[in-house]
Amino acid sequence: MTVAASHLLEVEDLHVEFGQGRDTASVLNGVGYHVDEGETLAVLGESGSGKSVTAQTVMGILDTPPGRITGGSVRFRGEELLGADPERRRMLRGESMAMIFQDALSALNPVYSVGFQIAEQFRFRRGMSRKDAMARAAEMLDLVRIPNAKQRVREYPHQFSGGMRQRAMIAMSLALDPELLIADEPTTALDVTVQAQIMELLDELRRERGMGLILITHDLGVVAEVADRIAVMYAGRIVEHTDAATLYAHPGHPYTRGLMDSVPRVDDVAGAALRPIPGLPPSLSAIPPGCPFHPRCAHAEDVCAAEVPLLRELGGDHQAACHFAERFVAEDPDRPTTHEVVSR
Amino acid sequence: MSEPILQVRDLVKHFPVTRGVVFRRTIGHVRAVDGVSLDLHPGETLGVVGESGCGKSTLAQVLMRLTPPTSGTATFEGQDLFAKRGADLTAWRRDMQIVLQDPYTSLNPRKTVGDVVGEPFDIHPEVAPKGDRRRRVQELLEVVGLNPEHIRRYPHQFSGGQRQRIGIARALALRPKVIVCDEPVSALDVSIQAQVLNLLSDLQREFGLAYLFIAHDLGVVRHLCDRVAVMYLGSIVETGTAEEIYTRASHPYTQALLSSVPVPDPSLRGRREAIRLEGDVPSPADPPSGCRFRTRCPKAAPVCAEDPPALEVRDGTDHPAACHFAAPPHLVRAD
Repeated sequence: MTVAASHLLEVEDLHVEFGQGRDTASVLNGVGYHVDEGETLAVLGESGSGKSVTAQTVMGILDTPPGRITGGSVRFRGEELLGADPERRRMLRGESMAMIFQDALSALNPVYSVGFQIAEQFRFRRGMSRKDAMARAAEMLDLVRIPNAKQRVREYPHQFSGGMRQRAMIAMSLALDPELLIADEPTTALDVTVQAQIMELLDELRRERGMGLILITHDLGVVAEVADRIAVMYAGRIVEHTDAATLYAHPGHPYTRGLMDSVPRVDDVAGAALRPIPGLPPSLSAIPPGCPFHPRCAHAEDVCAAEVPLLRELGGDHQAACHFAERFVAEDPDRPTTHEVVSR
Repeated sequence: MSEPILQVRDLVKHFPVTRGVVFRRTIGHVRAVDGVSLDLHPGETLGVVGESGCGKSTLAQVLMRLTPPTSGTATFEGQDLFAKRGADLTAWRRDMQIVLQDPYTSLNPRKTVGDVVGEPFDIHPEVAPKGDRRRRVQELLEVVGLNPEHIRRYPHQFSGGQRQRIGIARALALRPKVIVCDEPVSALDVSIQAQVLNLLSDLQREFGLAYLFIAHDLGVVRHLCDRVAVMYLGSIVETGTAEEIYTRASHPYTQALLSSVPVPDPSLRGRREAIRLEGDVPSPADPPSGCRFRTRCPKAAPVCAEDPPALEVRDGTDHPAACHFAAPPHLVRAD
């Protein structure tokens, strides 16, 4: 590992549990990743893989109880956040790190105008007057390209469309100019044409402001278009981590490869067969011994059920948690590499 | 080509918008489906794609006789679908079934899987005599890849993907000819989604089913469908074979839709031409005049506001599109 202070955010060996006794669900089992200024880290995983819980722990908004952080470290610019003074963490939220959520409608308060909710931060954190704060809120809405921002700032969330609500959320999260933005499935609830607009907006804002962006998603397409680096999660662990080009071309973990073979692509040749991963993700209160993926893995051997594979270095900042990762990377996947691309 | 099993012409479904409690008056209409025509042939899959609010689910509900149409006709094997009543209607329901989107709300939580999948036999006892039912239900569970021993379990004991399989088993129970799939995989994780898609293809081959496959995911539709109809604000804007739509889309909406879908291949980043639409879909209660897409269309011209374009084949294209300026896209090969 590199020197802690050199990363904007560094998460190390994070463990989180829910529930008591026999019902204990191990939601995170040693998650670690880091983000630097101006880069996009995508955290890819299916439901229950722990990608959102990691983000909530980083933000300090994990409900405890029922959740319990049982180990690990979260450092922001080298400063340890786990166990830090709650007031200090509150100051960091919004100011240094901010988060946007999948469901913008339930994240916005329906009884206050959109502008009021953005302006609150300027009033309480920057001591602005109501009037000045509203004017700043309108500027923020304009920044996220909401048309007629000056009028729209007084409207309520129900008067906004889904895409505009997500824009308003982005405006709110960027109000205090944070250095790190965590976007938890920001476009999952949106239609594709609107999703494309929002992803472009996020990417532009990240570039302009030099923010670190953690993009949490289950969509391999979205990840391929924007991520610099990708961390793949399964059953509360990072199972693979590398840059976008390497991950898609030479996945080192059979789960990653399984995911890619499961996605029906819009640019596929007609009739191309999907090769789904058999079985189901494990229950987090009964994670299989050894590699958590071994019951679903076509290449599992005896060692997989006995020993938990650690993330191993495959060269060129590529790690995978599989006993046979070297073999998978070496084999060229027999996927078609040439695709017809439709442009206008 | 064979005779269509389901033929829909100029189907319209408007929902009244009312105001007032005691004196309710209609102040407008939501034009959910506004003049849709389509043919479904035996054994084929017709995909209906569109964004939320385009009327694709309402279309499914009208065709399933769950809500009456405002106007238009539909025939099933040559018989008027909307004229069926009583025993005739019940008998027809054997032939056409539906799989719904949300596997969490479309199964009764108080009934066992055996009850859920066996219920169609209560209504249509001629399909399976009483003593034979348990065996039939177990067969169905096996067909959709569930353990037949789990017949006495309740829906909450299954995962999302397994519940969707239960919904499919229920739809298959009466050996239908047509199954309407209303977003059957959009609530599922990718790895599970692929399992269910493969199951649907296998069942189609085995039982010769025709699917009316409603979805917003263009990748899923490409994978499964023979022909595709693209809907926007209640109307079909383009229709053709999957090949025609995905490689030679001629309507600007379809082109924008296809270019907006992220492709899981970082080597194509920045190499695909991006057509980004402005703004959001207008309200179906107050659709734009003329062509409904003109408010977001990069090609819009004055004629588009006045003259609604017909869904027809135009010069230089090989399949019908509802656009005055329909033109094939440039093909780029990435290699």
